[in-house]
Amino acid sequence: MMVVTVLAIVLQRNLFSVVVLAGIYSFLMATVLVALDAVDVAMTEASVGAGISTVLLLGALYLCGGEEAKPLDRPWLPLGVALVIVGALVYGTFGLPEFSDPQAPFHTHVVPRYLAQALKETGVPNVVTAVLASYRGYDTLGETVVVFTAGIGVIALLRRARRREEDR
Amino acid sequence: MSVLGHYSYWITVILMVAGLYIVIARGNLIKKLIGLSIFQTSVYLLYIAPGKLIGGTAPIVADGFKVYSNPLPHVLILTAIVVGVATLALGLAIVVRIREAYGSIEEDEILAADRDSGAGA
Amino acid sequence: MRRQMVLRVVGKLFIPYMLLFALYVQFHGDFGPGGGFQAGVIAAAAVIFYALIFGLPAARRLAPDAVVEAMVALGVLLYAGVGVAGIVLGGNYLDYFVLDRDPVAGQHRGIFWVEAGVGITVTGVMLKIFYMFAGRGRGLDEER
Repeated sequence: MMVVTVLAIVLQRNLFSVVVLAGIYSFLMATVLVALDAVDVAMTEASVGAGISTVLLLGALYLCGGEEAKPLDRPWLPLGVALVIVGALVYGTFGLPEFSDPQAPFHTHVVPRYLAQALKETGVPNVVTAVLASYRGYDTLGETVVVFTAGIGVIALLRRARRREEDR
Repeated sequence: MSVLGHYSYWITVILMVAGLYIVIARGNLIKKLIGLSIFQTSVYLLYIAPGKLIGGTAPIVADGFKVYSNPLPHVLILTAIVVGVATLALGLAIVVRIREAYGSIEEDEILAADRDSGAGA
Repeated sequence: MRRQMVLRVVGKLFIPYMLLFALYVQFHGDFGPGGGFQAGVIAAAAVIFYALIFGLPAARRLAPDAVVEAMVALGVLLYAGVGVAGIVLGGNYLDYFVLDRDPVAGQHRGIFWVEAGVGITVTGVMLKIFYMFAGRGRGLDEER
């Protein structure tokens, strides 16, 4: 399903439909994430990816004119590069652990400690929140600063200087 | 059973390369940014799919459940999603400014305008 | 006219519940999925919904620019402040177990304030970015 949506995004030229398809893609990804038991991530992906991203893209489209993307002349080189990368990555995935393998090193080092001790040490049943806010609190501080930086960056870029009407 | 075992990775690879193709082969700046966000979303799938244990449940500790899916990639991907939308917002702000400066958001038109105005001055 | 009325009525029904849901997700993030980021985005979405239906100047009266800009900085300040409080009370930076006599309650308190800081910043930033994009219109139409 998601592959079909992404192929439609690649081939579509009208930017408004591309933005709507990107929102559909985000919702499909959120559904898949719920099926993979990642409920926190699914809620964030649905609200951020399909909500805020779509609003921002539509806002930018309104400001930029919403013209259609130009057709492509000779896409053979990018297509060739893409296929080579597909081959290389698929060859690489054969070394990765299989789906739902409990003995993968992914599951055996620090995660059992988090799952066992999170309720006792922090009093919070949601292990993801406990790890995010307490065990890995520095990373969340960095992430909050990144969001803050994006906000002030957009303010700096898009603030309309008052002197514009007199200068130009 | 290695074919079915790696199916999620192949879907991730297809989505990733599709996003990459949009970035390198399309000239419209907004479409490039959408391709970048598709690429980032496929990476989320790459991280979370191996964390799922069949028969497990969401990593919220409750009585009656013994097997939980791995919570560590959830934490990393939460950060990644928010950073992704921050990047998208800044990129779109830059595209709006480019549009106001050059009058177009197609890559070849912008490059031609730079060349015409005399060696990028 | 009829379509506008449907939007206005549905908007007035939905927006309080969206804000309430955002608060629920924020504070219930300890027991179910949720937390600061999701709550911040949902609260910003509620105000954006209001701006889409009733116009940008009405939304600016509801959430003025100065308040939103203050929220952007306040959340990060709150988060860093919790860390400094950890130092002041005797531990390392961002230690939660020193915030209360009982270390588990200290963790709870630290997580509560940290998530609140994150929620405030995310709401402020998303709303401010929307104001910047929507307020930069092509021309001088104020009352859209």
